[in-house]
Amino acid sequence: MALFLVPIAACGRDRPAALAAPPGPATHPVVVNRSTKLTSIETDVEDWRGRRTRMACATCHALRAPRSLPTRTTDLKEFHTGLVFAHGDQPCASCHVEGRYDTVHLADGTTVPMTDAFRLCSQCHGPQARDFRHGAHGGMTGYWDRSAGPRVRNHCVDCHDPHAPRYPGMRPVPGPRDRGFTVAVHGTEP
Amino acid sequence: MSAAGPTNPKRRVALKVLGGTLGAGAFARALAPLRSFTAGMSVDDFVQKHYKRLTPDEVAATITRLEAKTKDEYGRAVEIRDLPAQAGVSFGYALNLSLCIGCRKCAEACHVENNHDRASHQSYIRVLEMDQGSLDLEHGNAHYDHPVPAPGKFYLPVQCQQCDNPPCVKVCPVQATWKEPDGIVVVDYNWCIGCRYCEAACPYHARRFNWTRPELPAADINEDQGLLSNRIRPQGVVEKCTFCLHRTREGRLPACLEACPTGARVFGNLNDPDSEIRWVLANKRVFVLKEELGTAPRFFYFFDK
Repeated sequence: MALFLVPIAACGRDRPAALAAPPGPATHPVVVNRSTKLTSIETDVEDWRGRRTRMACATCHALRAPRSLPTRTTDLKEFHTGLVFAHGDQPCASCHVEGRYDTVHLADGTTVPMTDAFRLCSQCHGPQARDFRHGAHGGMTGYWDRSAGPRVRNHCVDCHDPHAPRYPGMRPVPGPRDRGFTVAVHGTEP
Repeated sequence: MSAAGPTNPKRRVALKVLGGTLGAGAFARALAPLRSFTAGMSVDDFVQKHYKRLTPDEVAATITRLEAKTKDEYGRAVEIRDLPAQAGVSFGYALNLSLCIGCRKCAEACHVENNHDRASHQSYIRVLEMDQGSLDLEHGNAHYDHPVPAPGKFYLPVQCQQCDNPPCVKVCPVQATWKEPDGIVVVDYNWCIGCRYCEAACPYHARRFNWTRPELPAADINEDQGLLSNRIRPQGVVEKCTFCLHRTREGRLPACLEACPTGARVFGNLNDPDSEIRWVLANKRVFVLKEELGTAPRFFYFFDK
């Protein structure tokens, strides 16, 4: 009998929770991913695992004499053919700089390196840039507590193709196969 | 048998023997479940105290035992830790419904991170496909299978809301579930009796029951485990989302957030005025699910526009 009564009598006499030290000051950095999309382009050549290889922009652009910028992607006849453009009604020169294809230019004409494209995007997409600055737009990995470790943020182009920025749809991961929910839910049953 | 006539001793003995046999048989049959129940259970499992009354030494012994058990039963050496809550930390989570496309990557990450049963493809996150303009969870479809996002729909991932007034904790008859100082509702899997009251009480359908012993190939087991979170649960107990406390209590982001391809998820410390989550609460029009129930969730939803 005592065996059963002792645990009951001890109810509510929990040991106090021992807390770990609070987070310290944020010493680790937030790093924005340096996307290879800003310095290279996908080619048709596949590697031994069947993945499309990437080639640095400078491979061609450093050697070839700069051509003048076309207005539409359909005007591209020799290189970058088939480039799908679905980003408003912008001509190429809205962002690209003729002859300096490793840069883009801002609305005021300032030329910035392609790797700083974030500044270009932010000019028109203010709400997204604001949310990004506060950690509410764009995926991340690493640490919420920057006294414990760093955090890596996605760059705009990690998720959005600058030429067709709408986030693409996808097939979802298969759903759960749990009990009681194997058929359609209420309302959608035939 | 007539009341006046003499009793027949042979018949009486026969009846006694018959009754005795039947009684013994019924008794054995009644105890059969107990026998199979204790077959896979050691004495240490059986006499283990409630988590909150374990001394640090007993916690260490429990962890050693559970690690050995996992090695035995699943063939994988794992590390189980019992990370305490941090002082000055109160976790909050927010999800941007304008960004979520319903790809279920979060649910998949949860499935892998938390060592869920592979056959049932279990996860603590259920993504509901909802008609735009409606927030009726009863009409959400968790079993859609077509390219997402579908026109006219939005996607509502639902997991434990870590309520500050948790109905699941109140109904537990054995206090096997409680709220930790950092706001996370946890389950002592060794103390849970599997009555599923909490599962019935949760308005968000956030708790899961282990109908079977979770089956995982050794290679798939996540060896970074927490005593109160993602260690492999026994059969017959209830489990739930813990905001990945084995990760978040050492400062890391939850697995579902890292997996989200659209960055719809925001996680952080509600006590830190400079945290991302606090910025969202202050600057976005956030809402909680089923606010009228007074559960005070720590999981917030918002739309961009």
